[in-house]
Amino acid sequence: MLKPGLRLKSAVCDAEIMVIKAMKGNDLTCGGVTMAEQQEQGEANQEQMHGCLIGKRYVNENETIEVLCVKSGAGSIYYNGVELMTKDTKKLPSSD
Amino acid sequence: MNIALFLQMAAEACPNRSALTHNGNHYSYAHLYVAAKNAANKFSRARCRYISLIGESSPAVPIALMGAAMAGVPYVPINYRLSEEQIVPLLERIDPAYLITEKTQVPYSNDNWVIQNPNDFITDVMKGNDPEISWHEDPSAIAVQLFTSGTTGDPKAAILRHEHLVSYILGSVEFMGALEEEASLVSVPPYHIAGISAILSSIYACRHVVQLPSFDPIEWLNLCSQERVTSAFLVPTMLTRIMEILDKQENEAANLTSLESIAYGGGKMPLPIIEQALRRFPNVNFTNAYGLTETSSTITLLDPQDHRKAIASNDDKIRARLGSVGKTLPSIELEIRDEEGKQLEAGEAGEIYVRGPQVSGEYDSHSVLENDGWFPTRDSGYLDQYGFLYLSGRADDVIVRGGENMSPGEIEDVLHLHPAIQDVAAVGIPSEEWGQVVALAVVLLEDAEITKEEICSYVREHLRSSRVPELIHFTRELPYNDTGKLLRRIISEWFNPKSG
Repeated sequence: MLKPGLRLKSAVCDAEIMVIKAMKGNDLTCGGVTMAEQQEQGEANQEQMHGCLIGKRYVNENETIEVLCVKSGAGSIYYNGVELMTKDTKKLPSSD
Repeated sequence: MNIALFLQMAAEACPNRSALTHNGNHYSYAHLYVAAKNAANKFSRARCRYISLIGESSPAVPIALMGAAMAGVPYVPINYRLSEEQIVPLLERIDPAYLITEKTQVPYSNDNWVIQNPNDFITDVMKGNDPEISWHEDPSAIAVQLFTSGTTGDPKAAILRHEHLVSYILGSVEFMGALEEEASLVSVPPYHIAGISAILSSIYACRHVVQLPSFDPIEWLNLCSQERVTSAFLVPTMLTRIMEILDKQENEAANLTSLESIAYGGGKMPLPIIEQALRRFPNVNFTNAYGLTETSSTITLLDPQDHRKAIASNDDKIRARLGSVGKTLPSIELEIRDEEGKQLEAGEAGEIYVRGPQVSGEYDSHSVLENDGWFPTRDSGYLDQYGFLYLSGRADDVIVRGGENMSPGEIEDVLHLHPAIQDVAAVGIPSEEWGQVVALAVVLLEDAEITKEEICSYVREHLRSSRVPELIHFTRELPYNDTGKLLRRIISEWFNPKSG
């Protein structure tokens, strides 16, 4: 179980994410290696290295999984073997 | 989940970008991040239960807010314009605190309190090294506690948890959405929810903030041109005063060429003012925002396109949207309900209920959220068939005359259009015959003359006879708080001196 607010690091690059929506299991990977709170160096799956970008939100197709990239990295984020995609948010005018 | 994340991300993505300008001093995002981390260490060592700040906007404000978040201690900014008698009971509610203030006579000086001058605080945290620091990520920890203005009674302490503020920012601001050359002029006071959200949204957008510590229309105009300001947030009284100055000094408008957008909110905008502003600044994007402290700021928006469409329209229904607060944010649900809690149709006025991840609806003593998460705002209004929300005032301000509910707003709106009237407030006062009747406080324009009888017949001409005032009091000005909220409680006392 991954709870909202949890921060996870990549084992293959500088990437860090924060969990936005709670998800079962911990099948969240970056560059093919499971993400964790404390991280040792891991070996990347080169087919899963398209990068992730700070400030982008990544979701699965029906948006039941959602994470925020808080530090960019070379690896890409997968859940259960499926690559997450960036979520398009409606741009609002600044109200503050 | 912690609001400190926003500053960490901004410092990571654009360390050298200007974060803050105050009195001509500039601070980058890297500076601000290091200062907040040093502040967090100071706060942790002090072992206080709260971090408080009583003062004008300064770099100490975002540093204390972010430092408190990192230290896991609630941040409580307090209105510096309050009298000592008003401040003391608030301080008793945050004992012991690390208090940043210029006030030399703080009634708290026992060993558990730390009291520091803002300039000393800033110097301290700026000269520290870059410490390694980690913070808790508990979404339900309290980030900010704000004392509401207490327009109807004693101040309540509204609680905003990290999850509320983080949801609001993630739902409404794009990370690094601002360009390097953008600058936002912040003149709202730091103890107001708009002051908190201005800091958070600017940081997440990596926008440069220019602080105007104490609002003055001439200062505001000068800073706009000096700092090439591109956006600003104003409460209605601020825009009113800026428009007054511009009327007197035609040329000043030419200096506002950098200005791209103005957001306003925090009270009811007089229709003539926004119409005048739209005509004078056709290229500026105006956004009206409605929100409450308890909802972590904005929940509905009237966007720039809505404004342009309304001012250009000959259709009364579309033009009326200048008086609307717009449509709900995508993450917010909104319903209008009657007194029994039944959901009302479009066009029917009732109490506004909202639900969403940014809605706290909670005070230090209790939560008013319903079990299914709906928050009764105590504001009343209605939705039109297109989903535009129109406010008619606080539910507590509704005047009930002989069982008939009327909002002060509908009476005031009509009177605002009278050529002799500068400002007006309608309140309900006790009546043996009717329960309540309408009383008016009226401010006349300079040199204007009008009798009470003429006002009564003007109201009778435009509204139902139940709206005709029983009492009229002429006054030189109406009582507003710092952010332009009308203090109806005080006006009621004018008619009813003993009941207050």
